[in-house]
Amino acid sequence: MPERIIAQYRNSLKRRSYFIITVSAVLLITIYIALVSGSADIGIKDLIDLLLGKGTPLTSQIVLQIRMPRITGAILGGTALAISGAVIQSLLRNPLASPFTLGISGASAFGAAFAIIVLGAGSSYAGSNDIPLVTQPYLVTGSAFVWSLGSVAVILLLSRYRGATPEIIILSGIIISSLFAAGISAMQYFADNVQLASIVFWTFGDLGRASWKDTLILVLILLPVLVYFIYQRWNYKSLNSGDDYARSLGVNVTRVRLSGMVAASLATAVVVSFYGIIAFVGLVVPHIVRRIIGSDEQFLIPAAAVFGGMFLLLADTLARTIISPVILPVGILTSFIGAPLFLFLLIRGMEKSYWT
Amino acid sequence: MKITVHDIEFSYNGSPALQNVNTAIEKGDFVALVGPNGSGKSTLIKCLNGILKYRKGAVLIDDRPMDAFTPNELAKEMAYVPQSENKKSALHVFDVILLGRKPYIYWKPSEHDLRVTANIMKTLHLEDLAMRDVNTLSGGQQQTVYIARALAQEPDILLLDEPTANLDIKHQVEVLELLKKLANNGITVIIALHDINMAMRYATRIMMLKKGSIFASGGRETITKENIEELYDIKVHIIRDNGNIFIVPDRS
Repeated sequence: MPERIIAQYRNSLKRRSYFIITVSAVLLITIYIALVSGSADIGIKDLIDLLLGKGTPLTSQIVLQIRMPRITGAILGGTALAISGAVIQSLLRNPLASPFTLGISGASAFGAAFAIIVLGAGSSYAGSNDIPLVTQPYLVTGSAFVWSLGSVAVILLLSRYRGATPEIIILSGIIISSLFAAGISAMQYFADNVQLASIVFWTFGDLGRASWKDTLILVLILLPVLVYFIYQRWNYKSLNSGDDYARSLGVNVTRVRLSGMVAASLATAVVVSFYGIIAFVGLVVPHIVRRIIGSDEQFLIPAAAVFGGMFLLLADTLARTIISPVILPVGILTSFIGAPLFLFLLIRGMEKSYWT
Repeated sequence: MKITVHDIEFSYNGSPALQNVNTAIEKGDFVALVGPNGSGKSTLIKCLNGILKYRKGAVLIDDRPMDAFTPNELAKEMAYVPQSENKKSALHVFDVILLGRKPYIYWKPSEHDLRVTANIMKTLHLEDLAMRDVNTLSGGQQQTVYIARALAQEPDILLLDEPTANLDIKHQVEVLELLKKLANNGITVIIALHDINMAMRYATRIMMLKKGSIFASGGRETITKENIEELYDIKVHIIRDNGNIFIVPDRS
């Protein structure tokens, strides 16, 4: 009899692994589609030539320096946002939580605006195309990153003082977001036209900014965070059943929650600082995955990682091609896809899984 | 396992919730904590379990101070069943019960962990529910799942915070019968209960708490008209039937 139950459990483990494998396969197909879509006509033959070292300089330039960094950026960014969202939802036991719950988006947008206006990183003239140029992109990125870590530090301090309960953390996130929104408005009031446009353009999440240099930084931060989350999965599972129950299982609730928040915030802050605010990925992807394979963090975290990368890459490829030759910022598209998807999940009921 | 409580004290933000609590609980005891709301039943359970840190005094588990246990060691000796979980995530019953093996799991559950989980499911007649989403179960089934999850810790002491509060009378009896069986098998059961009649029927020891202190403690004879009236500040009368007594509040 126990054998039968264990066999059922093993089957369910298998089904959930198959889901991760399936999504990985879809990710590979999406990578291929992303490589061959775009205004330059590049087909599978050109890609094979390139792999064999026989590609023309132009294809190699387009594929290796333009499309590949963007694809890698999309996958890494989507992965980072999705796993951060999944973990923050578990840590705060709140389905509405996302990587931006802590006010990271507001803080980083403020940081970018601060660099553009106060530190003078935004040009006072427009670039050759219509898009206002940021003259010192790394100053803007750095400032966005520092300010978003600052917002997390404030929340950590608050929770040290008043206890790291989900309610305290969520409420302080809301307060901090609105504080930074006020800060952005204040700076926009004093900005000139071009600076204003630079700020607005910065906040659109856009993967066109991706380059090999920032993917390296992203990997260096994302990989340890992902490993850490997977390592902590049993603690996160326990927290799902309430703080008291987790403590009774020997979990140091405050430490697990705060360190998880810091790791998730770090991953999110890097993505936002490089690519701007990409909405909904961190909220919707964990929900889709939960709906399909359930809330067990053991599978949720790796599945959200793959699904998030696939989702953002798919969205970005659509954004590049849907009204080509105009390339939409992917942040706009994720909101357009994410909002109806989220409504659909709400209507169908949130906490049910079909593939466990 | 034996639990000895020496003069423990606890307060929430300065307002005392437990004071001068002294008691000794023997292996296999079925202890019912009764008392009005806010009398410290839950707080005492959480202090015994290390969920809350008492401020003064000591708790000994088989003569070893509780502070000397690591949280993980303690989780192998004692298990906690919360009143009910209001936010449940989408997990199937097997995964929920397997969580109780956490103190024994380093990276992934071993063959033995799976076996313990499956055996407990069999003992509690949950085997047909193994792959059901825990959200789709009835209240009584869910409570059994949470007791199973606690038993998966293979504890010697089981602490339960009003586990029957949301159950109908049939499921209350089922849960309490199960706990009685566990106590007969040598597990120490400490349970906060609102229903005095149920406490009297199942517990081997009644501990009455009032304003954070033990007001009276002992066998079933502790439940008297006078004690109940003073404990709850309400008039009651007692009905005797076949050797059982029942407490019924008077109408004013």
